[in-house]
Amino acid sequence: MTATPSSNAPGRFPAGRLAFPHAHLTGIGHLERHEILFLLDAAEHWVELNRRGEKREELLAGRTIINAFFENSTRTLLSFEIAGKRLGADVVNMAAATSSLKKGETLIDTAITLNAMRPDAIVMRHGSSGATQLIAQKVDCPVLNAGDGSHEHPTQALLDALALREALRRRGEGSEDFTGLNVVICGDILHSRVARSNVLCLQAMGAKVRLCAPPALMPAGIEAMGVTPYSDFDAALDGVDVVMMLRLQSERMAGHFIPSEREYHHLYGLTKRRLSAAKPDALVMHPGPMNRGVEIDSEVADMIDRSIITQQVEMGVAIRMACLDVLTRGRRGVEGWA
Amino acid sequence: MKQAAPLIITNARLVTPRGLVAGAIRLDSGVIAQLGSEAVPDEGEKVLDAGGKLVSPGLVDLGVFAVDKPAFHFGGITRAALMPDQSPPLDYPSRVNYIAKSGKPDLWVHPLAAATRGLEGVELAEIALMKEAGARGVATGRRWIADSGVMLRLMQYAAMLDLVVVTHAEDAGLVGEAAATAGEIATRMGLPSAPAEAETLALARDIALAEMSGARVHFRQVTTAAGFDLVRSAKARGVNITCGITPAHFMLSDLATVDFRTFARLSPPLRSETDRQAACAAIGEGVVDVISSGHDPRGPEDKRLPFADAEPGMAGAETVLAMTLNLVRDGVIGMDRVFELLSTNPARILGVPAGALEPGLEADIAVVDPDAPWIVDRSKMEATADNTPFDRQGAQGRVRALIKGGVAIDL
Repeated sequence: MTATPSSNAPGRFPAGRLAFPHAHLTGIGHLERHEILFLLDAAEHWVELNRRGEKREELLAGRTIINAFFENSTRTLLSFEIAGKRLGADVVNMAAATSSLKKGETLIDTAITLNAMRPDAIVMRHGSSGATQLIAQKVDCPVLNAGDGSHEHPTQALLDALALREALRRRGEGSEDFTGLNVVICGDILHSRVARSNVLCLQAMGAKVRLCAPPALMPAGIEAMGVTPYSDFDAALDGVDVVMMLRLQSERMAGHFIPSEREYHHLYGLTKRRLSAAKPDALVMHPGPMNRGVEIDSEVADMIDRSIITQQVEMGVAIRMACLDVLTRGRRGVEGWA
Repeated sequence: MKQAAPLIITNARLVTPRGLVAGAIRLDSGVIAQLGSEAVPDEGEKVLDAGGKLVSPGLVDLGVFAVDKPAFHFGGITRAALMPDQSPPLDYPSRVNYIAKSGKPDLWVHPLAAATRGLEGVELAEIALMKEAGARGVATGRRWIADSGVMLRLMQYAAMLDLVVVTHAEDAGLVGEAAATAGEIATRMGLPSAPAEAETLALARDIALAEMSGARVHFRQVTTAAGFDLVRSAKARGVNITCGITPAHFMLSDLATVDFRTFARLSPPLRSETDRQAACAAIGEGVVDVISSGHDPRGPEDKRLPFADAEPGMAGAETVLAMTLNLVRDGVIGMDRVFELLSTNPARILGVPAGALEPGLEADIAVVDPDAPWIVDRSKMEATADNTPFDRQGAQGRVRALIKGGVAIDL
């Protein structure tokens, strides 16, 4: 690998706060290409740290991070918790089941309550689109969106970009962005915040994005986002460099969007045979947790040279460390960020 | 209560059914006695000099969700037809009776009876008894009645009683939990959305049922190009239907919802820019009969929430006249048509003797300065809540004096 540009390289990014002038991370939609690159570069440092035995760097020592999850999560919550702890912060998790929302408190009141405990960052997941933005207006500390409804999940898109960039670089074909790359995202696009954030992120990085879903799971007017929609998965896979599968959210299937899992697999399951329509070395991604045998077959998910699903999880911690670091620089008095 | 002593308003530009007429208007015993050049002040008669301003009928607001007198008076509204979506719903004669008296003397509230018990859309409510109690129409409420059999029987019954059926035109199956119109904006925001065709489907069914039953049907809000096409062709066939709209749907499109602005969360949801333009065209063409405020004041407990969790609705009473006057300045309609949409047609649909400057009708009068500039400011509103989607927008047109039944109201 050639010299990796790092966030410290002089002149690569605007100085100090100008490199990332946002108080919160509510979505990829608010970010410029160079701001995305800044976060990815910053995360590379944490990728290295995370691979060492001693994994702590006390940047956020004495700082408090609240993970406010109004919707169930295992891996994202864990990833944020580990990220905060490796930075030395005191991390507190507030899970939906134990929150006072059950007692009728409004989201705004919960936010004001959390704010009164003077956290240094709030990481929030909520079932309603726009919830993070609403809270961000009411609190004094940075708010990181860990998923809001079907709107955005920015750290997922950033970790996907980081994992993809690392994988391409390992092959010696990577540049700093994804210019010329064809990516297909397949699954429940309609309800997927991961899909929306990834469309925005991949496009900002120069990739061409195809989306594939049965018509009932493809949102109206999606072409306006600059993507090419498909309902035929084999056609969508033709010649792509990257296949990103989405989890079939059975809990979101309140209406009957698809007849059965079996039928979904028949039409949209990523099998080894189907993958052969993509480029011979096409990479396979999945934000997890996977429904093996539904949207993705085990023999594809576990392909050592093609699947980067576990690397995505690894990059998740690094990206979240980078985001927590960058967003708290102002209040920590980092030079040029205050 | 003040007596309706004779009063003559001079130096006025009178908005009459025959166009703008310069002159005076005499009010006597609570009704319009005389207008035009023959109205000349008698000696000792009380005179109000309009200073060359417009003198128009007071607004008749068809389909509000709350009785909010200060906001109505600010907006020039002297009569309001209240939707049955109250707590508890207006599905019982005594509640209708109470509401019918609630605003008097300076605001007349015309209750719209709930079409079905509890607005559930299943069993017919006691419509004839509620008519006796003062109901001026029946309404399906915020929702439509999904069961076509119930809707047909409702229309047949209302036709027998000669009550207008005020209906909400959105197919409930397509709408589901939607908070937005399907399209680029809803897709980018990740909002649950329904296709605009939800309106087309509902209109098509209810037009067919209106044709079968002979009922008078008023579609409270029609908001899409395809919807206006259906209304236009049904009217051409002679079907007894009318339709309305609120300023939100001819002034704003779904672009107003970006950044999850819950004051722009409405029912039906804001539509595409193409549909907004179709709404303006339909108003200009005469397909639209009524402009109403849709007044639905909502406090922070209903609005300071994530977009899809917030309640739909806007506080519209204060802005309905100024926003409608935009259509005059834009050359869409003339001044006489403004008050047909805001006063004459809704009064006719409700069957109340008001809504126009004609001898014998109730002396519900507004003195309007149609050009007076002001800025909509939600912190300075008269309404019980500040949920206007027009906050910080410039507006033109203010009510300078308001008279209900011949008696001046302190503004």
